[in-house]
Amino acid sequence: MARKGIRFLRRGRVVEVADFAPRTTLLDWLRIDQRATGTKEGCAEGDCGACTVVLGREREGRLVYEPVNACIMLLGQMDGAELITVEDLAQAGALHPVQAALVARHGSQCGFCTPGIVMSLFALYQEGGRPVTRETVCDALAGNLCRCTGYRPIIDAALDVCAEPPADAFESRNEATLAALRRLDDGEDVFVGEGHAFFAAPANEETLAKLLSDHPEATLLAGATDVGLWVTKGLAPLRKFISLGRVKGLEEIHDSPEVLALGAMSTHARAMGPLAGIDPDLGELMRRFGSAQVRASGTVGGNIANGSPIGDLAPALITLGAILELRQGNDRRTLPIENFFLGYRKQDRRRGEFLRSVLIPKPGPNDHIRIFKVTKRFDEDISAVMMAMRLTIKDGRIVTARVAFGGMAAIPKRALAVEKALLESRIQEGTAWAAAGEALGQDFTPLDDHRASAAYRLQVGKNLIVKALAEIAGAPSDATRIIGHREAAHAAE
Amino acid sequence: MRPNDHPAPGGVQLRHVSQPLPHDSAAKHVQGAAPYIDDLPEPAGTLHLAVGGSPMARGRLIAVDLEKVRAVPGVVAVLTAADVPGKNDISPAFGDEPLFAHGHVMFHGQPVFAVAAETRDAARRAARLGAITVVQEKPAVTVEDAEKRGDTVLPDYAFIRGDASAAIDAAPNQIAGQFRIGGQEHFYLEGQVALAIPGEDGAMHVHTSTQHPTEVQHVCARILGLPDAMVTAEVRRMGGGFGGKESQASQWAAMAALAARVTGRPCKIRLDRDDDMAMTGKRHDFRVDYAVGFDDEGRIQGVEMAFLARCGCSADLSQGVVDRTMFHADASYFLPELIISSRRLKTNTVSNTAFRGFGGPQGMLAMERIIDEIACRLGRDPLDVRKVNHYGPERDTTPYGMTVEDHDVGAAILEQLERSSNYRERREAIAGFNASSPILRKGIALTPVKFGISFTLTQLNQAGALVHVYSDGSVQLNHGGTEMGQGLYQKVAQVVAEEFGVGMDRVRVTATTTDKVPNTSPTAASSGSDLNGMAARMAARQIRDRLAILAGEHFGVPAKEVVFRDDHAFAGNESLPFAELARRAHAARIHLSAAGHYKTPKLHWDRQKGVGRPFFYFAYGAACAEVVIDTLTGENRVLRVDILHDVGRSLNPAIDIGQIEGGFVQGMGWLTTEELVYDKDGRLRTHAPSTYKIPVASDVPADFRVTLFDGENREETVYRSKAVGEPPLMLANAVFCAIADAVQSIAPGRPVPLDAPATPEAILKAIQGIVAAG
Repeated sequence: MARKGIRFLRRGRVVEVADFAPRTTLLDWLRIDQRATGTKEGCAEGDCGACTVVLGREREGRLVYEPVNACIMLLGQMDGAELITVEDLAQAGALHPVQAALVARHGSQCGFCTPGIVMSLFALYQEGGRPVTRETVCDALAGNLCRCTGYRPIIDAALDVCAEPPADAFESRNEATLAALRRLDDGEDVFVGEGHAFFAAPANEETLAKLLSDHPEATLLAGATDVGLWVTKGLAPLRKFISLGRVKGLEEIHDSPEVLALGAMSTHARAMGPLAGIDPDLGELMRRFGSAQVRASGTVGGNIANGSPIGDLAPALITLGAILELRQGNDRRTLPIENFFLGYRKQDRRRGEFLRSVLIPKPGPNDHIRIFKVTKRFDEDISAVMMAMRLTIKDGRIVTARVAFGGMAAIPKRALAVEKALLESRIQEGTAWAAAGEALGQDFTPLDDHRASAAYRLQVGKNLIVKALAEIAGAPSDATRIIGHREAAHAAE
Repeated sequence: MRPNDHPAPGGVQLRHVSQPLPHDSAAKHVQGAAPYIDDLPEPAGTLHLAVGGSPMARGRLIAVDLEKVRAVPGVVAVLTAADVPGKNDISPAFGDEPLFAHGHVMFHGQPVFAVAAETRDAARRAARLGAITVVQEKPAVTVEDAEKRGDTVLPDYAFIRGDASAAIDAAPNQIAGQFRIGGQEHFYLEGQVALAIPGEDGAMHVHTSTQHPTEVQHVCARILGLPDAMVTAEVRRMGGGFGGKESQASQWAAMAALAARVTGRPCKIRLDRDDDMAMTGKRHDFRVDYAVGFDDEGRIQGVEMAFLARCGCSADLSQGVVDRTMFHADASYFLPELIISSRRLKTNTVSNTAFRGFGGPQGMLAMERIIDEIACRLGRDPLDVRKVNHYGPERDTTPYGMTVEDHDVGAAILEQLERSSNYRERREAIAGFNASSPILRKGIALTPVKFGISFTLTQLNQAGALVHVYSDGSVQLNHGGTEMGQGLYQKVAQVVAEEFGVGMDRVRVTATTTDKVPNTSPTAASSGSDLNGMAARMAARQIRDRLAILAGEHFGVPAKEVVFRDDHAFAGNESLPFAELARRAHAARIHLSAAGHYKTPKLHWDRQKGVGRPFFYFAYGAACAEVVIDTLTGENRVLRVDILHDVGRSLNPAIDIGQIEGGFVQGMGWLTTEELVYDKDGRLRTHAPSTYKIPVASDVPADFRVTLFDGENREETVYRSKAVGEPPLMLANAVFCAIADAVQSIAPGRPVPLDAPATPEAILKAIQGIVAAG
């Protein structure tokens, strides 16, 4: 028997909500139902961060606090989490250390973005125990737009207080919170609503498969970082949601020397470390993936199954030869990720089928990987062009070549002519680089849009090929790139 | 508090003024406890509005079918132009912009109707069901489109001195070219919002997020057909303004007021982000055509600059904006003979409007690029060319006939920053780096800022304030300035606390509202603290003078010997607590309330002749920026920025530094990542933060050194401070010039064909252009 309401923790108490429209966002619930107006709406699409709240969840046995965008998160996704908003931080009239630091550093002007910034820094503060640098602070803030301050005082405030191990009310009741969260984790299916309009959160794959068979037209919800926009901006008349957030096992990550297996519901935040272990460029790609809020909600499976032509993971996974595992009812199948994308927003996913996991074979010692993402703004932006390359080189000769692009066609796609041009050429031969670049014109006819012109996309695509080859041939990346230096990643290991 | 740290002119010790106090709402901001309009408790029965916009950029509006809209459950009223009881006009001055389109549409997204419903969700869903039929006409989207049609929103205008054409021809060197400068979306974090509450006798109280409550009052009254006295507009705080809530807030306030009139219920409108970006004006974009003649040192002999402004569909504030572009086309340089002309072109795009700098940044940037190009031609350091052209003795008259009296301040700032930033050494180091770096290139630039302070529409240079002292000695302060994050409330409160010699905790600042201080000017043109600080000081001084007489009688000394400080009135060794004095004053039937009014002196401006003194004074500054670009992708990063900026004697250095840093970063965004893209049908394609990219934390240079210039305003402003709101935005010109300098390294001596914004694509295009020119 499924549970008829969701339960989550707020201000030390269990909140139960059974009566809500399935598409209700967390932000609307806070601002309209609860009249808790400290959390702001700035864009309703998860880009500005004014609505940032923090969720506490058990991850790998400990309590982890993560920032999320309340504007595009559905209320039903709260089940089993602790919800913390900006109103909850000050205790007995005393500002939280993060709040006090922002005041002391003059970190607010108009103040509208400030609640979101407080919450992003609160999450960073709770991380504690790791070195906090200007870079880590900027990463934590990439999903928070401020139009007034120029960020400098906010960064300084974070550096003042986020470097120390956390010592606040949340830290002191850590054990109690964890125990309370465990009590909420009852292993029950959740089904709120009626057959024609519901928010369901099955607890295991079996009930998920059954539910999806019964309601193949339902919207599958992973992190909601895209579906949330269908709701807030598209006003899509969605009535049935099946959330994958409580399905046991789908979030699992298994890392072996041969293969990295990412459960479809692995969030980007959790997948980031293992992916960075494959190659520093993959780590940098994940660092620039959305924002801390998007990475905490968004999932690897969602990014792939959603089938965006510019989904950042796809080109990289194509070059790595990743395999997708899908399930429909009791049928399971696998296919190479590059075959999954059929056309614009069209994927090889059958009605009622869901993505279970992604298997990423580890590159060998002779494999060389380069990934570049070109955007108008480095952080929290969508690619104009994205390129991933994997070359296997033996005795200076390219014996296998895999090159894939995003942003150049209706789907993420391999550049077969480029691969052919590279094959069997010598990595040190500059003439081969130019030839490979020129071959790109045979692979793609990109489009003009607001992110870039077709001409720019093609030119940058060619140039990225040259850049990758120059680096693989030995050019240090601090001479070839402005950010994401590979040497720094190695040094940090 | 450190009471004795800040001696003021004349040796008086300042207690509050000059202190780096936090923003008045800082502690509330960080707790989510500072209410914005959408956070206010909604009166019972509040309805919510959503807007239906035109699906075409230009054409005849022949039918609006709203049947499906009305049928949505929860919809209470649907409003169109036919429902306007007064005049269907929301324009600030020229009568050319309707609340709702009528007869024809002027831009894509132009409001055609509004829905009032029980919930915001119902209103938004209903608004999408309107069927608007437009007989489409080919829109004018670009300045070229408008030029071809000869369509302008206002007449052409020019400053002329001497015979520029002859001077250019006679000069040893000539350059001619064209430069494009993009617009900018304000992206205030709080979108446009208003809540209208109907009152008795048809009166209307409007909570509005605006920099110009008086204009909101006037526009609401005009729409409703009411006298101004029947409408009150109130604003406690905005979640950012930047010029985008100067004229642009009126439409939404008026729509809410109209709906409240029609339904008899409180009505709220809060635009969602896409509507806000599509339906409200932005910074003007320009094409600049120029020709310049100069000597072998780079000294300009004659210049012609033609500014073609995309004004959008109506005049809005384009008269003042484009005038200010012309006022700042000299940047910091003396131009002996000149034609600075402008065209205000009418396009089928949203009407462009005020944005921090109000046209000035575009004028200055164009001139800085001309200077760069002169330096390129002559093979000289651009800073040297800047210096030889800088205003100086005998070379001190602006193109509009005003004498630059303190050009030495600008020159001193340039010199000081050149030294403190190690400009020369770094330029050499960069040349060395570039010589051995084929892919990454660095560039550096040091550019000055000189910004004219005053509204160029002289009548706006006035302000009012209202100060009450209550019989318990607490003080309530109200003035015509609005708080949009810039810290104005705190600065003015500091001035008033100083005047009464009381602690800041005694001074309560109340929301700006047209029923306390009437006939206000917008909080704009950087004038907020100059005008309102002075008006509040004058109000407070009247009360203080009355109290001083009473205290003097008590102490048996002349009133002028009474000193107010530390919450007391002092005379020699005697003192009286301020609260006690207030109590006694009330008992003695002394008036403890006063209104202050200030008008800026010395201003005169004859627009027809193009001569006068439109500005009370200039604010100066300079920035040195170092950047790196990737020549394969056009990606770029600002590595280091040094700023030296003149705020006179600061009223609050922490707030002023916040304005400088924030203004610089906003300017940097305008010139790098922020790109407005319209398609050929006139639709804005970048209407959300997913597609329009303002700077994030990592874009700010890690090495960011900001210093206040040590000096005082030579004019008599409040405590000799200087305006700081807009000038710092133009410090970011250094970033653009540094990027151009990095591109220049690829082919020294060839002009850099870089337009603004310098997106990766624009930079790569410039690189390809400079290479191809060889």
